[in-house]
Amino acid sequence: MLLREVGYARPETVEQAVGLLAEHDGARALAGGQTLINVMKARAASPDVLVDLNEIPELKGIELRPDGTLEIGPMTTYTQLIASPEARARPILGEVCAQIADVQVRNRGTIGGNVCSSDPTNHLPPLMVAVGSEMTIVGADGERAVPAHEFFQGVYMTAVGPGELLTKITIPAGRGDGFAAVPIGMDGTCIVNAAASANGELRVALGCVGAVPELVRPSSADTEAVHEAVRAADLQPPGDVHASADYRRHLAEVVAARAVEQAAGRARE
Amino acid sequence: MGSSSLHPAVALSRTITVEINGTSYEREVDARRLLIHLIRDDLDLTGSHVGCDTGNCGACSVIFDGTLVKSCMLLAVQADGASIETVEGLADSDELNPLQQAFSDHHALQCGYCTPGMLMSATALLRVNPSPSDEEISKAIQGNICRCTGYWNIVKAIKAASGQEVGE
Repeated sequence: MLLREVGYARPETVEQAVGLLAEHDGARALAGGQTLINVMKARAASPDVLVDLNEIPELKGIELRPDGTLEIGPMTTYTQLIASPEARARPILGEVCAQIADVQVRNRGTIGGNVCSSDPTNHLPPLMVAVGSEMTIVGADGERAVPAHEFFQGVYMTAVGPGELLTKITIPAGRGDGFAAVPIGMDGTCIVNAAASANGELRVALGCVGAVPELVRPSSADTEAVHEAVRAADLQPPGDVHASADYRRHLAEVVAARAVEQAAGRARE
Repeated sequence: MGSSSLHPAVALSRTITVEINGTSYEREVDARRLLIHLIRDDLDLTGSHVGCDTGNCGACSVIFDGTLVKSCMLLAVQADGASIETVEGLADSDELNPLQQAFSDHHALQCGYCTPGMLMSATALLRVNPSPSDEEISKAIQGNICRCTGYWNIVKAIKAASGQEVGE
């Protein structure tokens, strides 16, 4: 496929990248390209300039702080995260990344790209909300931190504004997590997914049922309490060829209960 | 869009150097050119195929700096300085390598369109996992679609190439 004409820059620092993004209104950050290049083929996105982030060392790597907090560079690929000894401090991260697409996509696609594309069917937005992660965003005015539940703002929209860049994902310590999904075929696109975290308060984030992950807080890990909490959220999911809105509402309760069961089980270990 | 209005670090094309199957190539490429088109159309290495052009089918799979990727989802300019392996690099002149021979022996292809991608995925798998189980093979070729074989003979061929026993 021939893409529309596009400018290309390969900065080596965050400062240079932010400068390039601020300079051109039509500039887009290019991470792994496993979404962006495809939507460019379809002309669903037509950036004037691509700012390739692949040569910026400060956006890569995973650090485990002494208190168990993980700091993940957004240009970390799924494959790198799956293989990372540090990332095993929060095992659910690698487990979920291993369910995304296929080997080729996992080798190239990035954690930052997944969250910044804010596709409602992606795996990581609900997971990031459930585990209480925090996104660091850098722009011309400096750096700010945004909690995951405020980061996702709409379909393909996040708190990362024009001229800004996601530079770090911070994930607190915890092991009592769960994830469940009903995908279209093994490791396919999710019809509904849910991530749960039972580290202290119980948090469940549902994906594919709205523009952004829906956070619910069941009163207990009891299955009926989880179903009740999801019902009370009054979800208004879309219906499509794979699942009607009613079926998605039903699945949301089912996957939430499965994710909570896994999380609660691990929290007890 | 005129290039005069662009930041000096932004270019509509670049001269890149890329090594493919041990041969070094220098080419000027447009930023909008996909890697698969550099490989197929500019360098005439037509073994890698364009199947779906949407990142689903895996027929364009190549090994890029040691990792398996779909070359329709990278830009050619991103290959600057990279070392790439394509299906043309597998055989030693006219002699099929053991993996290719196993595909032939086990009837792992019919139309053959997916085969270059399947071979590269299998090559990448066997490097990190020299004795894969059926399930591991299936996971490793998840990104490669075959519409002829039903996959069984492909799994069998990859297993045979790894030196493991396979049933008839």
